[in-house]
Amino acid sequence: MSDLVKVTIDGITVEVENGTTILNAARQIGGDIVPPAMCYYSKLKGSGGKCRTCIVKVSKGSEKDPRPMPKLVASCRTTVMDGMEVLNITSPEVLEARAGVVEILLINHPLDCPVCDQAGECDLQNLGYEHGLQKTRYEFERRTFDRIDIGDKIQLHMNRCILCYRCVFTADQITNKRVHGILNRGDHSEISTYIQTAVDNDFSGNVIDVCPVGALTDKTFRFKNRVWFTKPVDAHRNCSHENCKGEVTLWYKGDDVLRVTARKDQFGEVEDFICNECRFDKKKTSDWTLEHPTHISETSVIASNHYETFKPLPVIKENLALQEANQRELEKTFKI
Amino acid sequence: MGRKLLLEHINVPGINTLAVYREKGGYRAVEKALKTLTPEEIVEEVKKSGLRGRGGAGFPTGMKWSFLAKPEGVPRYLVCNADESEPGTFKDRYLMTHIPHALIEGMIVSSFALGANTSYIYVRGEMMPQIRILERAIEEAKAAGLLGKNILGSGYDLELYVQPGGGAYICGEETALLESLEGKRGNPRIKPPFPAIAGLYGCPTVVNNVESIAAVVPIINDGGDEYAKIGIGRSTGTKLISASGNLVKPGVYEIELGLPVEEFIYSDEYCGGIANGKRLKATVAGGSSVPVLPANLTLKLANGDPRLMSYESLSEGGFATGTMLGSGGFIAFDEDQCIVRNTWNFSRFYHHESCGQCSPCREGTGWMEKILHKIEHGHGTMEDIDLLWDVQRKIEGNTICPLGDAAAWPVASAIRHFRDEFEWHVKEPMKSQSTNYGLANYANPIEKAPEEVKSQN
Repeated sequence: MSDLVKVTIDGITVEVENGTTILNAARQIGGDIVPPAMCYYSKLKGSGGKCRTCIVKVSKGSEKDPRPMPKLVASCRTTVMDGMEVLNITSPEVLEARAGVVEILLINHPLDCPVCDQAGECDLQNLGYEHGLQKTRYEFERRTFDRIDIGDKIQLHMNRCILCYRCVFTADQITNKRVHGILNRGDHSEISTYIQTAVDNDFSGNVIDVCPVGALTDKTFRFKNRVWFTKPVDAHRNCSHENCKGEVTLWYKGDDVLRVTARKDQFGEVEDFICNECRFDKKKTSDWTLEHPTHISETSVIASNHYETFKPLPVIKENLALQEANQRELEKTFKI
Repeated sequence: MGRKLLLEHINVPGINTLAVYREKGGYRAVEKALKTLTPEEIVEEVKKSGLRGRGGAGFPTGMKWSFLAKPEGVPRYLVCNADESEPGTFKDRYLMTHIPHALIEGMIVSSFALGANTSYIYVRGEMMPQIRILERAIEEAKAAGLLGKNILGSGYDLELYVQPGGGAYICGEETALLESLEGKRGNPRIKPPFPAIAGLYGCPTVVNNVESIAAVVPIINDGGDEYAKIGIGRSTGTKLISASGNLVKPGVYEIELGLPVEEFIYSDEYCGGIANGKRLKATVAGGSSVPVLPANLTLKLANGDPRLMSYESLSEGGFATGTMLGSGGFIAFDEDQCIVRNTWNFSRFYHHESCGQCSPCREGTGWMEKILHKIEHGHGTMEDIDLLWDVQRKIEGNTICPLGDAAAWPVASAIRHFRDEFEWHVKEPMKSQSTNYGLANYANPIEKAPEEVKSQN
């Protein structure tokens, strides 16, 4: 597995291990050229390929077979080949198709961000902000589901769900028992427990962190505060659970810990899954050893007022097409 | 009179029993294959025959077989896709009802060629009678020593199982079929890996349509070269066509590929023309998911040459002026039929059958259906037609499996060729509820190449 392959994404060449997906190769480069991912989660095996927001154009298949791929491909599930050339933000076709996927994801979404606990750290909100239209073209009644109760810790709000299947994979792979899954077919598919049992095991709370939207939220934080009014602080404790390292982010409002979540990396993915005891029961500062304030991306709503000026990455300075694309991406991020 | 290979003895009483089937030369292919040929030779014969998948995509069967990975110590599977659920297609059901042994014979030969010792026939759940017929036929074959251990003393073992599906259209997609066969939710898998590498239970698997497997029998009996002589160009052999709609004689016909479409519709040997003396308005040539064509483009190519029933000729001109042979579900519409209503109906079907796994298809099919419902019921606007075009474009090519394409193509082609009719529904909302747009100019003969048809893609 030591052999490296060369892949060029938006004009930037990177050497990655054989078998890496395009998305992970782009993540190694970083910056704007990383395709957005709503359903792919690097820590969950088998995830990805469903939401279609990470689609990219493969303009050259490989060194051996330079033919371009006929369709746009899901970058999270397509592995790189040596000499592959990929276009993401420099291809208008990709941007248009992605905007289409975003629009389609939003047509049945309730857009209840003003009352949604996920607002401010919602992947769909960010995506809609960057790619969506100002106005919906969907004029029909939005799809709704009957509310079901899945326990006293986790709130399921099925109307907001984009069916990324992340929580299903989490329950399969992180917890010892999965009691929820997808029922029904087509646009009436829903996350449910079928027989109304409570989702209850030591790691069930992690479905809240992996949910890209506000479909699964923390009942102990429900309607307590907006995310951007809280101050995140990294902390740890000696957790007795064998699979939990006890490394978390505490979300403070004044002196109160309103919420405990797992720590997330720059792509919004959980670094280490945490147990329910850390998440739901330890809400006093005295339970924790504080480390330092959590780093929040300057483009995040949580860190507003800290916008930096546009500085192109050193790697794209020579590439005019990419600079232009980068500028466009920046404007999208900062548009009002 | 065209040659019949599959339906030659269809009218013989009792052909569904083993005794009569053998009397008519049945199971010759099994004896020939197991006793005189090696698996490689069978694959070679099928390759030579040029047989192309009869389920819709038209991928060469021999090539598909040769892609099958053959690691040591891992079982290989052959799965027959009898989940025929494309609206307008009913050829497999007909074949299974009347000559079940043709399928079983094909399964034995094909399994032997692929080295599979366990094979499955995945039948759509609604086809309960056919499932019973197949099971009875398998019992008969087993009793005669044609299935089970040491078939005909050749040392080859094969177990054949019939598995009823749940009746979902999506389970006709090969990877969704495999998921369903494994007992899971019938969601298509993300490819690669292809089933030829990791299919059923992670083992190398070939999934073939009923008709493709049945067609292996005449190929082995007469030889691949002989089979390749029938047909035209790369479309070799015969094809079962399920003709439906406003025809004098709808039904399942076996045609030699390369038959002119005009002859198929109007000759007495086949459909016998349009019912009630009406005129042809449009056709769907290969099952609901292929583009709908107006009458003039059905009968003639854009350059004025007659269109033939073959993979190439039907798709001549791309989607601008062509369509696809698909699974051979030929639906004819006469002048009284409303294309908008029909497109809405198809769209409703795809909305209902979308599996809900990937977003463009899950949300987009429902959106298209709602817009079409609105236009059909006289509440549409001109913008709706453009919006519909835009939505189908966002779905096409952006989904995991071809169901998204299948949902988008009928809508795209209806707008491309019948935009006048859509606009009429918008302009005359009241009239459109009681009368039909009629034939308009959709049957005007094509004399020469028309002006460059603007590809709206």
